[in-house]
Formats: sequence, C-alpha cells, structure tokens
Amino acid sequence: MSSWLEIDNLNKHFNGVKALVDFSCSLEKGKILGLVGPNGAGKTTLFNVLTGFIPSESGSISFCGIDLHNKPAHRIANLGVARTFQDLRLIRQITILENVLLSFRNQPGENLANTFFRASKTKKVEVENKDIACSVLEKAGLAEKINVLASDLSYGQQKLLSLVCCLVSEADLLLLDEPVAGIAPAMIEQILSILIDLPKQGRSVIIIEHNMEAVTQVCDHVIFMDAGEKICEGTPTEVHNDPRVIEAYLD
Amino acid sequence: MEYILHILILIGIYVILAESLNLIVGYTGLLSIAHAAFYGVGAYVAAIMALKVGSPFLLNTICAVVISGLLGGLVGIPSLRIKDHYFVIATFAFQIIAFSILNNWVSFTGGPMGLPGIPQPSIFGWVISSHIEFLLLVSVFATLTFWICQRIISSPFGRVLTAIREDEVFALAAGKNVALYKVAVFAIGSGMAAIAGALYAHYISFIDPTSFTVMESIFIISIVIIGGAGSLWGPIIGAVLLVILPEVLRFVGMPSSIAANMRQILYGGLLVAFMMWRPQGLIGKYGFKLEDTKK
Repeated sequence: MSSWLEIDNLNKHFNGVKALVDFSCSLEKGKILGLVGPNGAGKTTLFNVLTGFIPSESGSISFCGIDLHNKPAHRIANLGVARTFQDLRLIRQITILENVLLSFRNQPGENLANTFFRASKTKKVEVENKDIACSVLEKAGLAEKINVLASDLSYGQQKLLSLVCCLVSEADLLLLDEPVAGIAPAMIEQILSILIDLPKQGRSVIIIEHNMEAVTQVCDHVIFMDAGEKICEGTPTEVHNDPRVIEAYLD
Repeated sequence: MEYILHILILIGIYVILAESLNLIVGYTGLLSIAHAAFYGVGAYVAAIMALKVGSPFLLNTICAVVISGLLGGLVGIPSLRIKDHYFVIATFAFQIIAFSILNNWVSFTGGPMGLPGIPQPSIFGWVISSHIEFLLLVSVFATLTFWICQRIISSPFGRVLTAIREDEVFALAAGKNVALYKVAVFAIGSGMAAIAGALYAHYISFIDPTSFTVMESIFIISIVIIGGAGSLWGPIIGAVLLVILPEVLRFVGMPSSIAANMRQILYGGLLVAFMMWRPQGLIGKYGFKLEDTKK
C-alpha cells in the first residue's frame, strides 16, 4: 500500500554536481514535513522536480495514486500541488487581489469562448472567486491592501501573499520554499498560524526552512538533507539533536 | 475633404493593426515583427477571393481572418520552444518568407505587379463606394476590434496573459497552460490583423507586396510602443499620431521626395527616444520590455 505522496529514488545531477541522490520519502495526508539542510543540499531541486519545473533523471513520484514524474508543470499544479518560490515570484504589476484571482484553478473565464458566449456564468464564478479571495486575504491581514500593486508590499507581506495564492488554489499539497526566512517576528507568527491550520483542512505541506524554531513549531516530521542525500529523519527534536546534523551544520 | 476622410480611414486601419499587435506584444510580451505579414495574408486572401471567386466582402473577411489566424497559431508554436530575441528572429523569418511568397508566386498573387481592380465592397446589397461610407465601415470594424480586445483584456484570460508577460514561471505554477495561451493569443492577434488587410485591399483596390514588408511591421510596432504597449487606448493614440505626423511634414512645405525619407528618420528617432526615456509609451502603464530585463 503506497502512501498519499510517495517519492522513490529520485536522481538529478547538474553538470556533475549531485542535487538529488536516490532520494526517497513519503508523506501522509494532513501532515507537515520539514526539509532542512545546508545551502545546495538539493531541497529546492526536490521542489522543482516535484512540480515539473525540471525533469529528474530517474525515480518516481506518485501523488494520490497519480504518477507525477516528468509531467508538465501546469498539469501537476492542476492536480493539486501548489508551491511558492524562494525568490518570491508574484506578478508585481497587478494588484494583490488580481494575483490571488490568478491562482484559482480551472476558471471558466480562462477559456475565451466562455468569455464571449457564456458571459454570465464566467462572471458568476469570477464574483464567487473574488469573495473567497477577499475573505482569505482578510484572514491573512491583507484586507486593506487588496487594490495595491504587489510590488508595493513589504517583503514579508509578499511572502504572505504568495502563501495566500497557494491557499486559494485548493491544492492538497503545498510546497513552501522558505516561507518565513528574512521576515519580522510578528509576520512569522502570522504565517505559522496559517500553516498550523492546514492539516485540519486535510492538506499537507512540505516546508523548506532554515529557521529551526519555526520548523520545530509546525512540522510533524523533519528530513535532513545534505549533498542530495537524505541524512536522517524523525521528529523535529530527534533531527535537531542528531550528531550528523550538528556535524553538517558546523562544517 | 476626401483627403481628411482618407487619413481617418488609414487611422482606422492602423488602429485595428495596432490593437491586435498590442495583444501579442503589449499584453503577452511576445515581440513579433511579423504583423505586416498577417496584414498581407488578410489583404491577399480577401483580394484573391474577390477577384477569382467574386465572393462578397464579409465572406472574404471571415476567410481572411480564419486563414491568417491559423497561420498565426502556426507561427506562435515556435514561441513555446524559443524565447525573447530568438522568438523575434523567428517572427522576422516568417515575415521574410511571407513577403517572398507574395512577391514570387506570380500566377496566384500577381507577384511584384500586385493585384489590381479589387472591387468595392458590398454588404447585403449596400455598395460602399464613397469615402464617407468607407470610413463608416472601417469605424465599425475598428470598434469591433477594440471591443474584442477590451473583453479579452478584462477577462480572466487576459489576466493570465499579463501574468505570462510578467512571470511565466508564476503562471505555470498557478496551473496555467502557458504554451496554449501563447498560441491562442498569437492566432487571435493575427486573425484580427487580417481584418485590416481585407479592409485595405477593398479600399485601395490595388495591393502589391511592398505594402506588407518588414518596414510596415516596424511601423505597427512603433504605433504600439509610442502609444503605450499594454494599454487599451495607447495604440489608438499611437495610430492617430503616427499617421498624421508625415502629413504634417507635407504641410510644412517639404518636397515629397525628402518627406518620404524624413518619415523613416522620424519614426526611427521617435522609437529610439521612446525606448530610452519613456518605454511605457505616451499613456501606457507597464512599459515594453523583453524578458531578460525583468526579474
């Protein structure tokens, strides 16, 4: 019986640099997994392979019984995998509300025929989406900013917004690349409180994060990676106290 | 009076061309220098149908739109594999190919001699012969084009186009089939350019390949960039300005042989000046840019 998300023996090299070496792991529905490890350990590469942005050389990924391996990125996204980026990707020239609206999956209005010939249905879904977007933005504390350009937000708010974009996508699996790195403590609390809520909605999360305190707070399970390999895994405290982890971080 | 009407008709035709190119260049961020080729395809399809089949104007226009749109989709396909400057070069190649075919397939297109004697359009028995009637016809089509663009831009589809221009990776991660959108917008823009082609062919009643060269493509790009890429009214302002500008040269008493050359210098100079100091155009918001300049 395979798990909800099953990653098996993934391999990826970049010109001889090993980014992923026989990497395997699994994740159950409603769990939060933390990925920690030094820079260049292959954490972001794992995200990129999972979401179809770069192909892997070998291995398999199965999500809810569907094979994700080397499927195009947009198709994987539509199967219920949402992600954020380390370098914070948002559409900066449009408003916050529009960024969020963009993130809804399967919108009828994205089919041009519907825009012209089924305008009322398109409009109805758009209005519903707008309501959802506003309520999610309100919960995230961005309610007053909905008509502000994304480029005018602070760094922390932009991270929050990219998380909100994942939330409205109704994805069951969220891959968050450093969601709380480099932002103010108050904002960290806010983001973590959103994350802790996700398992209750039956959603799973994989977080890449260097902030061990945050990882300990939200993760059920942590994997420590180095040079593309899984070094150890366990509860946050176990991993934190593992001699190999201490050694790798001190290196 | 006829002279003023003629200028207004030309403005109308260029509004259609610039609005349709704006969808591709301004909103989606794909710089195409093949727009005159699609304009030409539209003109030639309409002209050949009118001359050889004798079919009515509206049918000619519809066929021109469909054929040009399909070709546009075909040219859009390379944009899935190649990016930025390479895509520009691919569209440039198509422009050259299209011109060569128009210029050399003498039995079908008349070659350099062109196609004379294209009949005046008639719509359900209403023969459009005077300038004022023609202006009306062009205005109807320009308004229609503007309306379609406006609907596209304000729809969720248009929102995805903007996302593709600003950050393709984000669009992909949000589950948008970026490749499909690019092909679709290229086909739509090319199809709309064919409307302008059909109008032009029936209006001037004579077409030859020199009306659809790279220079013409660059002229249309200038209209979009100077007016304001990525804004709905920008191409209209650009079209009015750039169509009237050479006429002004005529009135300051410049001999026509010099005026023609001055035109080229003026357009080139304006384009460079705008790219340097006002890349967003006269009323644009975003500014035209290729992907490598954005983060």
